[in-house]
Amino acid sequence: MTVPGPWYLVLAACLFGIGATGLLVRRNILVMYMCIELMLNAVNLTFVTFSRMLNDLGGQDAVFFVLVVAAAEVVVGLGIIVAIYRRRSGATADDISSLKG
Amino acid sequence: MNLLAATQLAVDSAWAVYAVGALLVVAGAAGVVLQRNPVHCALALVTAIFGIALLFVDQGADFLAAVQIIVYAGAIVILFLFVIMLLGVDRKEVRPPAKLRSLAPAGIVVGVVAVVELLVLSQVHYWATGYKGAAEALNGPGENVQKLGQSIFASYLLPFEMTSVLLVIAVVAAVILVRRNAQPGASAGHKTAASARPVAKAPGAGQATTAEAPDQPAAQQAHEPGAPGR
Amino acid sequence: MVNAAYAIVALPLIGFVINLVLGRRLGEPTAGWVGTVAAGGSFVATLVVWAHMLGQATAHRTTDLTIFTWFPVAGLHVNAGLIVDPLSMTMALFVTGVSTAIHMYSIGYMHRDPGFDRFFVYLNLFLFSMAVLVLADNFLFSFLGWEGVGFCSYGLVGFWFQREVAAVAAKKAFVTNRVGDTGFLLAMFLMFAHFGSLDYSAVLGPVALHGIAGTTATAITLLLFLGAVGKSAQIPLFIWLPDAMEGPTPISALIHAATMVTAGVYLMARVAPMLQYAHATAWVVASVGAGTALVAATIACSQDDIKKALAYSTVSQLGYMFLAIGAGDYVDGLFHMLTHAFFKALLFLSAGAVIHALGDCQDMKLMGGLRKYLPLTTIVFGAGWLAISGMPPFAGFWSKDAILASAWQMNKALWAAGVLTAGLTAYYMSRQFALVFSGQARWREARPVASPRTGGDHGTGGQEAPGTGLPAPAHAEATPKDPSWVMAVPLVVLAVGAVLGGLINLPFFHMDFLSKFLGPAFPTATAVRVSSSTKFWLFWATLAVAGTGLVLGLRTWQTAAHPRLEPRFLRRAWYVDDILAATVSGPMRAVASGLAFVMDRKLVDGLVNGVAGSLALSSRVVRRVQNGYVRTYALGIGIGVVVLLTYLTFRTGS
Repeated sequence: MTVPGPWYLVLAACLFGIGATGLLVRRNILVMYMCIELMLNAVNLTFVTFSRMLNDLGGQDAVFFVLVVAAAEVVVGLGIIVAIYRRRSGATADDISSLKG
Repeated sequence: MNLLAATQLAVDSAWAVYAVGALLVVAGAAGVVLQRNPVHCALALVTAIFGIALLFVDQGADFLAAVQIIVYAGAIVILFLFVIMLLGVDRKEVRPPAKLRSLAPAGIVVGVVAVVELLVLSQVHYWATGYKGAAEALNGPGENVQKLGQSIFASYLLPFEMTSVLLVIAVVAAVILVRRNAQPGASAGHKTAASARPVAKAPGAGQATTAEAPDQPAAQQAHEPGAPGR
Repeated sequence: MVNAAYAIVALPLIGFVINLVLGRRLGEPTAGWVGTVAAGGSFVATLVVWAHMLGQATAHRTTDLTIFTWFPVAGLHVNAGLIVDPLSMTMALFVTGVSTAIHMYSIGYMHRDPGFDRFFVYLNLFLFSMAVLVLADNFLFSFLGWEGVGFCSYGLVGFWFQREVAAVAAKKAFVTNRVGDTGFLLAMFLMFAHFGSLDYSAVLGPVALHGIAGTTATAITLLLFLGAVGKSAQIPLFIWLPDAMEGPTPISALIHAATMVTAGVYLMARVAPMLQYAHATAWVVASVGAGTALVAATIACSQDDIKKALAYSTVSQLGYMFLAIGAGDYVDGLFHMLTHAFFKALLFLSAGAVIHALGDCQDMKLMGGLRKYLPLTTIVFGAGWLAISGMPPFAGFWSKDAILASAWQMNKALWAAGVLTAGLTAYYMSRQFALVFSGQARWREARPVASPRTGGDHGTGGQEAPGTGLPAPAHAEATPKDPSWVMAVPLVVLAVGAVLGGLINLPFFHMDFLSKFLGPAFPTATAVRVSSSTKFWLFWATLAVAGTGLVLGLRTWQTAAHPRLEPRFLRRAWYVDDILAATVSGPMRAVASGLAFVMDRKLVDGLVNGVAGSLALSSRVVRRVQNGYVRTYALGIGIGVVVLLTYLTFRTGS
């Protein structure tokens, strides 16, 4: 017998919550980005779980695309971070605050 | 049931897999959030990803598990490490005084509430519309890879093509974003696990003459308000 | 043939449009001739219609023509229409005739003035408005003309608007007229309320008036008289007329002597059928008229400006006309209006010739002995002088005498005022004649004065020729001479009218043509039942008084310095202007500036600025949401997600 679906959903929810909290608590920009990746993974897990629960392959297709997009996003995001934080040690997300009203 | 039987049960049953996977995931996530050193956070992220991959296998998403390892752990986290090393944020953080007061309480509240509500929502049964998606059934004849490939290239061809365009754009964007005038180690060739060579030019001559030159100073100068003069 | 009446109104309008559009290009003197031809054509059309009318029997002399339906609103139906009857034709004849003469005169007078074409635009518009006024067949269309002449008066009095005095005088004329116009408007409201229509036939027909309440009739006629007081410069609204002398002299002649100011008299004559039911109004009209005549005559005795003296004289003579109307003798009132039109226009135009000859000098104390140099002007001015003084056989005598006879019948006090005025009229006109044409040639020693055309405050010192920026030709100090033929011909024509004008209504030999012509238009006129012996005695009394005044004036004013005869009280026109300024305009100005400060600055501006200010304030507050910190934005996203999830969680139903 396999573990019923909702257990995975709970796990994914917790993972998402941890990721969200981490995003808001940490100040290091790269760690914040990793927390975003955590949330994406939580979503992937949810998709796969539902794919199994509903006996539909579409969930896995969605995960496939999410994976691709996440990769592209990481590329661009890190490029921006590099562009902003060149040779700056201890950079935090609070340093780029010039776009303010 | 004595300890031996319990262990036997645990090892044999799918619960064991789940337990190990869940443990890895949660430990990794907690590590990401709680570690001080960003490199340790990256390693914790790898752990979480492995756990997720294990859970994918457990649910019959074989191909995805493999791709997860290759792409996430093998490329994305490596990228993270590159940038961490490049920017030198792995050194001991000199904590500058926080410009914004800590959002920790609010963050924790948001996280907890999100989790709770997700849990509640997951018990709701009327989300399933019963509508059949375009993909095939999960369980059935054929390998997972084969069926996945069939559904992507047949039913979801357009999104597939769009993601390929997206990847190209991402590569180009990354190249443009990190161009610099005259600095060694300027061009971190940002690419995915694909085979493209870094197309960033050598620092120095030739950069200012390209068509992207006008973007360059503006993008860089605008984004480095307090940088020491280059 | 009677359709030529359309031409009376249309031709000046066409001239106006042509001059308005092409005047600049036509230039001088063509624009002037366009205007004159339009006026002349209008006069010819009037003659044609009049001749046709004379051919009709008396009872069929009224024709009503409709040009178009002006506004047919619920309950009020007003046509733009013309009425051709003896009264309107009499008015139209002398309006167009005198107008034509003055158009021609102006071509010469306004020579080299930079606003030449604008002048004739206004002149033609004025003639059109006046024609509409006298020929309209309902009160509203007539009011259109009434306002039109008021506007043209504004435009023409302020013709040389670079002079501040002229601009102020124009405003004064217009505003004072408007004060009177409220009376006209209120009267129209009352008429509509009572009769449901504004047509003359509806309001003044015997059927309509039968059984009208005395109060209604009195109210309507009294309000109309208020309008007449404003337009015809009676007490207390006469203050604009002397100031209106800032306009060019042809305007003073046309508008403020012959035509516009007679509009009030025409209006009261038109409502004659209603006046018989409003005895109180008749008394008011006669008293105001007599009083104005006397007061204005006293003021005229002390004026130095040649045109102001004539202006007060006009006010005084208008008083005579209202006296006649009040006494019920409409025909004689209109008779005096006709003769007055001739000799007053003549006097103004010859005064204009004098002014022109002396290089725009208007002060009589600086003239003198001009009869050697301006023989023609002396003769024509003399004709007007004798006419206005009431010397037989000139025109003024017959009309004035007839009015005094009716006044005698109505009230002896009114008659006494009239006779006294006659004496004063003769006195001040002789004074004027003596100061200008006889005695020493004081103008030789006088400096050239600043011409009103260049604007006295431009500091040219009068060395510029009038109307141009060129240095003065030698003629400013050269010998004055008689005007050119363009100006002289109208003078002569008017002089003939002044001399022979009495012939249209002589009381004997059955030569009372005017009475026969106009009489039927006033079936309700009070018949003058003065016995011939009384008339004879009155005739001699008037003549004696007038003759005394004439001789006295001539003898006294051979020299120019008699300060005791010109007290300040009279020179300042009984201080009416000053009283009005202190009581009315002073408080009004204070109220207006107070309102401007409180209402406009504080309230309105405060409101508008307040809206803007509150917007800025609120945006300044909202701006703080964007503090530039990414983590805050992430928190915002997180909160948004939580809100959405909460909504989904608690959503009931599907």
